[in-house]
Amino acid sequence: MNNQFQLHPEIASSIAFDVDVLYFFVVAVSIFFMALICVLIFVFAMKYRRRTEDQQAETQTHGHLGLEITWSAIPLVLMLIMFAWGVWIFFKVYQIPDGAMEYYVVGKQWMWHIQHPTGQREINEMHVPINTPVKLTMASEDVIHSFFIPAFRVKNDVIPGRYTSLTFEATKPGKYHLFCAEYCGTEHSLMIGSVYAMEPEDYQDWLGGGVADETPEEAGARLFSQLNCDTCHSDQAGSRGPSLNGKFGTEEVLASGERILIDEAYIRESIVNPRVRLVAGYPSIMPTYQGQITETNIFNLISYIKSLPSTEGAQ
Amino acid sequence: MSVSTEAAAHGHEVHDHPEYMRHQFDDMEQQNDAANLGMWLFLLTEVMFFGGFFLGYSIYRSEYYDSFVIGSQNLDVFLGGLNTVALITSSVTMAFAVRAAQLGKKNHILIFLVLTLILGLVFMVNKYIEYSHKLHDGLIPGYNFLWTGLGDGQSIQLFYSFYFCMTGTHGLHVLIGLVLIVWLLIRVWQDKFTTEYYAPIENFGLYWHFVDLVWIFLFPLLYLIGGLAV
Amino acid sequence: MSTIAQQGAAEHRMPRDHFLNAAYTIKSWLLTMDHKRVGLLYLFSISFFFLIGGTFASLIRLELATPEADLMEADQYNVAFSMHGIVMIFFFLIPSIPAVFGNFIMPLMIGAKDVAFPKLNLMSWYLFIFGGTFGVLTTLLGGVDTGWTFYTPFSSTYSNSNVILAGMAAFIAGFSSILTGLNFMVTIHKMRAPGITWFKMPLFVWGMYATSLIMVLGTPVIAITLALMMVERGLQIGIFDPALGGDPVLFQHLFWFYSHPAVYIMILPGMGVISEVIAAFSRKRIFGYDFIAMSSVSIAVLGFFVWGHHLFVSGQSIYAGMVFSFITMLVAVPSAIKVFNWMATIYRGSVSYDAPMLYALGFIGLFSVGGLTGVFLAIMGLDIHMHDTYFVVAHFHYVMVGGAVTAFMAALHFWWPKISGRMYPEGWSRLAAFLIFAGFNMTFFPQFIVGYLGMPRRYHVYPEEWQLLNIMSSAGATVLAVAFIVPVIYLLWSLKNGKIAGPNPWRATGLEWILSSPPPEHNFPTTPIVEEEPYDYGEIIENPVHRDEEEKEHEHA
Repeated sequence: MNNQFQLHPEIASSIAFDVDVLYFFVVAVSIFFMALICVLIFVFAMKYRRRTEDQQAETQTHGHLGLEITWSAIPLVLMLIMFAWGVWIFFKVYQIPDGAMEYYVVGKQWMWHIQHPTGQREINEMHVPINTPVKLTMASEDVIHSFFIPAFRVKNDVIPGRYTSLTFEATKPGKYHLFCAEYCGTEHSLMIGSVYAMEPEDYQDWLGGGVADETPEEAGARLFSQLNCDTCHSDQAGSRGPSLNGKFGTEEVLASGERILIDEAYIRESIVNPRVRLVAGYPSIMPTYQGQITETNIFNLISYIKSLPSTEGAQ
Repeated sequence: MSVSTEAAAHGHEVHDHPEYMRHQFDDMEQQNDAANLGMWLFLLTEVMFFGGFFLGYSIYRSEYYDSFVIGSQNLDVFLGGLNTVALITSSVTMAFAVRAAQLGKKNHILIFLVLTLILGLVFMVNKYIEYSHKLHDGLIPGYNFLWTGLGDGQSIQLFYSFYFCMTGTHGLHVLIGLVLIVWLLIRVWQDKFTTEYYAPIENFGLYWHFVDLVWIFLFPLLYLIGGLAV
Repeated sequence: MSTIAQQGAAEHRMPRDHFLNAAYTIKSWLLTMDHKRVGLLYLFSISFFFLIGGTFASLIRLELATPEADLMEADQYNVAFSMHGIVMIFFFLIPSIPAVFGNFIMPLMIGAKDVAFPKLNLMSWYLFIFGGTFGVLTTLLGGVDTGWTFYTPFSSTYSNSNVILAGMAAFIAGFSSILTGLNFMVTIHKMRAPGITWFKMPLFVWGMYATSLIMVLGTPVIAITLALMMVERGLQIGIFDPALGGDPVLFQHLFWFYSHPAVYIMILPGMGVISEVIAAFSRKRIFGYDFIAMSSVSIAVLGFFVWGHHLFVSGQSIYAGMVFSFITMLVAVPSAIKVFNWMATIYRGSVSYDAPMLYALGFIGLFSVGGLTGVFLAIMGLDIHMHDTYFVVAHFHYVMVGGAVTAFMAALHFWWPKISGRMYPEGWSRLAAFLIFAGFNMTFFPQFIVGYLGMPRRYHVYPEEWQLLNIMSSAGATVLAVAFIVPVIYLLWSLKNGKIAGPNPWRATGLEWILSSPPPEHNFPTTPIVEEEPYDYGEIIENPVHRDEEEKEHEHA
């Protein structure tokens, strides 16, 4: 048990220090104003206390425009500074760096499933290398959860029916708390775990020790044929579904004439609810897979589809 | 203080006010103004109330436009149009009733209120016919919702959810209006209103026009998405 | 007005006829059209709900004294914090100052014989009780475990508790507050006595006006949102359930569109009370009247455009977040204006330290902490870390308890002599004020620290390194709980044994202090005509000895 009295959680990610600086700046401003208010109230209260029952106030004033402007303008300017500073940090947190390691996270009453880029899976534990940007793509199987690592100063809701993401770069090896921050039912407070930040070499060792049966792409490929996706989604002319080769990140024309970017969210929707946005020229025959496929498997399918090379050139 | 509270023995024994004037007001003008402002504020809360529906509707309509078109084309434009005509006409007859109240013509008030009542009933009967068709076709959202046609049944169910929530709440308002008309008719019959005191009729008129106005938004938004399909 | 019967030696007597002894039957209370009696009906009802909400709060703090689950199971704990929130917000804080003192005092302040629609006013109370019955029923049947926020899809699909019952409770209570707001707005517009122009209204009335505006515009939206949530739960129609094509975050937008302004429903009336109390106990004209009045209105209006600051980490677009963050920070300006104007009012005043003033000074300090910590949460970069931690819990308790409840206590002590005609014991009332202030800070200050360290809210077990801070908090809560019992005892005691107050014990300005205490059944025999501005403390104000009409006539003869 760590009985040491702390004022801030451990600084263990690239942005944690920035957040703390802003935090302590606002704390300082607050302390200044609180001290000002308390001292003035105390002084006024002593100096102008009523000494006799009939004592009147020394003056009666309506107000003073100059003072009003002053004490509106000073807070306003301070607010503008803090606002801009806060926005700057927010952008920094949500910036997705190139070449980030991509983890998949699934929240489920009441546990966290984590899948490494190389396919290793963990429950309520997450091992990450330090000094490496990590991007989490997160989904929920049921209600809204929120993925929160105080030592990294990052948090984002995990919402059913859509993907949210979170990026961070751990800087200090250690074991840190992982919490669910959005109330999610009975064992909300037990939906916790640990994040292990490790030196990159240690992380490689750890990976070696783990049993990575298959990578997400391999798992996806297996599912793709298991679920018979490949009977319709093929390259052959006249196939009943559009080919998926090299489609990730490109634009496609829908039956309604709209154009849509093929990203994780669109692929996910096309699996669980295929009839909402059909690609032009194909019949509405694909059955829904809602409730028949887990979020983890959807992740794997997406990884597989992402990995499919373009076949344009070959034709 | 120079506030004058010194009053003559002017208690509540003195009845120099008409019985329809409430004790908290100084004169009828104040009472009528208060009632009027109260009604407008009430309508403002109604606007916010329906606003929640319209917001939700717009969001899902843009998200699932194709399904909303399909759902919309399954509604009966003829019945909806008939209802639009019925409600607009009833607004006109209601306006005449208010005018008659201003002029103190009891018979005219009665005639126009009855006409408004009949048109309102026509609306409700149509609504009943429409709803029972939907029930028959299994289009009531919920566990028994059944969609066999083209398109994505799930988002078409969303369209019907909004259809029933919005027209249902609106229908409830019409129904409450009809009850109030009956109440007004009784009061008119009993000669409770005068040319000085007819605020209840006037304010009910405002309510009725509001209900009409909501329908004028609901009709195109629900029945005519993607153009008039015949 | 005569100055004959002034000096301290004068014996105050209870007036012969007043609204309390006009009739004694139960019917005369339950069917009353008198705004003062309706105000008291609310006072009894919300005190009852405060007791229920407070009991749940005590259970929560007791459980959190240790990091393990020992007093309650997880489900029981979830019920405890959910019921605490629902009862305190919908059945205590929202009706507290508006429905009790807004009803009792506001019509007196503007020289009206009653509110504009007395029947509607009584109906509001019945709706409140009807909603409250659902609330009590929910508790008796095992409670609800969704938190007071009812977030979907947990509430609409996954929870196994009495969600619909609790939703109905809030839904019905909402209509009560819509009707109250409507009634007050019409009253303030149309019932002011001649001479009370908009900028001569007491600031409490301005506070009530701003509050009513929010009640009228915001409450219908929460009503429709809760209704959709309940329909969704009953029928599974899919509006908020992603598995059926719906959007769970839409619920949050609609919910906070009302529920953030609702925070201002709780605090604006409190600010109005503080303006009255500070002026009266400094015997000084309020500094910057126009600015205080307009800051109330601007807080009410801005309050409708800040809801998105609850969704910075809920997948809301960054640009939407920036707009919400910016507008939220603007709210700090009118709040600061108020605080500084109150301090300028004390400056060179004649300051006395009766219980209402102690609460008011406490309010300035606690509200400032609540407001400043609100700035932390409005800053996007900080909110990522602080969202849904104990920092948020501490912040809103500083605003709601440190602000709204402290102001409620100030109002209760300020107008108690007017309501009951008697004074409460000075020493005890000051002691209670100190205890509440101390207990409150002990309870909630440690939560700022544990919150920044990362403890999420709504956790019933937590890592053991945070036990020390939690024990401090629980110890403070014990002091706070005891401190709230003290006023109940001495106020009840004073009803029979208190010194008779006379019409104006604080020697304050304002129409309510001209009337006898307790006021007559029909307030003003004739509508008063007001010539001077509010807070005219330029001349000495007396506490005249009350004389009944008969005696006056006798004297004349």
